[in-house]
Amino acid sequence: MAEMNGNGNNHLRTSGSLFGDIGLPTVIIAVFWVLTLVAGHFVGISMSTLVSDTIKRAGMNGILVLAMVPAIQSGTGPNFALPIGIVCGLLGLVTSIEMDMTGMAWLLTSFALAIPLAAAVGYGYGKLMNAVKGSEMTIATYTGFSIVALMCLAWLMIPFRNPKMGWFIGRGLRETIQLDAVGGAQILNKFLLFTVGDVIVPTGLLLTFAFFAFLVRLFFRSKLGIAISAGGINPKFAQAAGLNIDRNRILANVVSTILGAIGIIVYSQSYGYAQLYTAPLMMAFPAVAAILIGGATASRAKVSHVVIGVVLFQGLLTTALPVANEIFVGTDLSEIMRMIIQNGIILYALTQVKRGVQ
Amino acid sequence: MDGLNRNSNGAGSWILENLVTIIFVAFTLFGFMVSSGVSVGYFFSELSSRVFRNSFLVLSLIIPVLAGLGLNFGIVIGAMSGQVAIAIARYFEMGGISGLLFCFATAMVVAALCGYFTGRLYNKTRGQEMIASLIVGFFANGIYQFLFLFVVGVIIAVPATHPMIKPDGVGIRMTVDLVPVKQGGLKYALDNIYQVPFVHAILAVAIGLFLLIVVRYWLNIRKGRSYLNSRSSLIVNGGLCLALAGVAIHAMVTKSELMMVRKVPVVTGLLIIGLCVFTVLIMKTKLGQDFRSVGQSQHTAEVSGINVDRTRIIATMISTVLASWGQIIYLQNMGTLNTYNAHTQIGMFSVAALLVGGASTSKAGITHAIFGTILFNAMFIMSPEIGQSLFGQALLGEYFRTFMVYGVIGVALGIHVWKANKKSRIVVE
Repeated sequence: MAEMNGNGNNHLRTSGSLFGDIGLPTVIIAVFWVLTLVAGHFVGISMSTLVSDTIKRAGMNGILVLAMVPAIQSGTGPNFALPIGIVCGLLGLVTSIEMDMTGMAWLLTSFALAIPLAAAVGYGYGKLMNAVKGSEMTIATYTGFSIVALMCLAWLMIPFRNPKMGWFIGRGLRETIQLDAVGGAQILNKFLLFTVGDVIVPTGLLLTFAFFAFLVRLFFRSKLGIAISAGGINPKFAQAAGLNIDRNRILANVVSTILGAIGIIVYSQSYGYAQLYTAPLMMAFPAVAAILIGGATASRAKVSHVVIGVVLFQGLLTTALPVANEIFVGTDLSEIMRMIIQNGIILYALTQVKRGVQ
Repeated sequence: MDGLNRNSNGAGSWILENLVTIIFVAFTLFGFMVSSGVSVGYFFSELSSRVFRNSFLVLSLIIPVLAGLGLNFGIVIGAMSGQVAIAIARYFEMGGISGLLFCFATAMVVAALCGYFTGRLYNKTRGQEMIASLIVGFFANGIYQFLFLFVVGVIIAVPATHPMIKPDGVGIRMTVDLVPVKQGGLKYALDNIYQVPFVHAILAVAIGLFLLIVVRYWLNIRKGRSYLNSRSSLIVNGGLCLALAGVAIHAMVTKSELMMVRKVPVVTGLLIIGLCVFTVLIMKTKLGQDFRSVGQSQHTAEVSGINVDRTRIIATMISTVLASWGQIIYLQNMGTLNTYNAHTQIGMFSVAALLVGGASTSKAGITHAIFGTILFNAMFIMSPEIGQSLFGQALLGEYFRTFMVYGVIGVALGIHVWKANKKSRIVVE
């Protein structure tokens, strides 16, 4: 069944030269976004605000989406356990605040603390993924959920004393920590920030995203990266060629977890708040949806998919909110739309997965 | 008990097999040791009402497992169907038994339709049904919210003065009161039909179980299948039943604290027992055999002339319909409809309860469901108490129990896949 579908798609692809390599979901979302923009124009919403917000949100979510690439390429499927990387990043972030860091020093210390932690945790997670081959996605989801729930306990019991993070009474950390207090809010966004007309371009944020995207791209051009991809495409063949698949899968998940940790720090500084407790619980799903919208499948992904996907998805969400509020006053239609698109696209991708190992 | 008899190949394997169950038993016992605030009466009142509320939902998960679909997180779609039915009944102010029957009938139609489509989706996502069922639940939640927040009011005109519609006339309120059955509503419509004291119910159940065990033992001998019997398990199980009956009688005679436990809804109980019987009986029919063979190997089933796709769709439909009824039973007991939250956790909690009972993605039975529901809810009642008494914070216990829910699902699934992979690797080598 799956093979038949695959053939059908190939056939379509060769005949339909108009879209070339662009998949159906990408086209649908792009058309939908354009329609929303047109509707927004007619109800009188400022286009420059929409564009600024789209750029900002694409930049802030970009690295989280980028974390999907290594996991998908190595054959473990989209990293539904992204919350693991996220909590590592958050832990680095709050530890850095506890150490009384401010400004750029705070940001760099956060990275420095989060990356080794994420690498260690990602190693364990990669081991787990190797033990449960064939059901990675389901188990990854629940591993992510469990870690978030476990960290809820940790946030509550962690003996940090810095008044910028604690509750006014009792123990534990606050649910949202203002990064203003450490001079960390929008620190990357403000770096070399400039405006074109009314459009604000957060250069630092975009540069950071571009830097990591470039690194990942470079990584998958290297010998190691190609070996990882080969293992993802055809494990048996790669094994026969003498590649250590299990080790490569672990390595890919380590990279993915590290990117998740970096991603949330970049996200938090742009948002201005670090959200602890249950906030990371559902964060994997929008990231998975974004890369799929960009044209990736559950088994193949490229950096270009990340860029296209995150701009389209975040652009659509950014535009839909004010437009929906303007047209249908008093309803929260954009949130509903996000749920339907995000989960619909993941379901669509799942129907395209070839039958798992049983 | 069953696990012990079946796996005589070492204690280690038995512990791994029942790891989740053991953790839960230990946790609940630990809770009793450290917390002084929980009285026996309170504990059993809470436990019995929770068990009556949730059992039906947990039982609805069994058939998909047997049909090889794994744990159907998609029962949230069934729960939503049930809520749609309840919302319609509430809107037209139907109540009592007739209102309840209307809910069951409407929910059945809606859930069967949804189940059909989810079943088709599972056929397209073969091998990844569990993640698909989780995501389809989120997806359906979007459609459900679209229906309740937008379609009601914008497309279907409703009066803003209706108590369940938001004051601006668009969408349904966050919480809808289901109105007690005495005033013509749905609250306790099922539970209040007939109630008996807790200890009487215990006595009846204990005697019933005892008779069931003895009759089954006797039937096996008469039909020449005495190899199915095990004298030791008869003595242990029979003894347990008699001990339970003894406790009940003792409580009745001495008027102990157990007499203070809240009364038990008989009809709800009968429905749950009925579903247990249905689950056992359907597996003996042709359809049930088809479920089983599809569950064991889709390929073999296909070759032997079973329509695999159709069988899987039927299994999903049955599960979804049962879940919708389960949600109606749940909500008539709660008395309020939490329009946008009541269904979201149902899938996870029910799956966790089933797994706690010792089920896995390929093996589940009514004993797993009932035992799991009891154990899971016992943990649920105890964890805030443990958090309170150990750390002085009830919140900690609540986070801990969320962790337990997700952890249980993760660990149980992980162990299962890991073991399956290990087995297949040995076969290959």
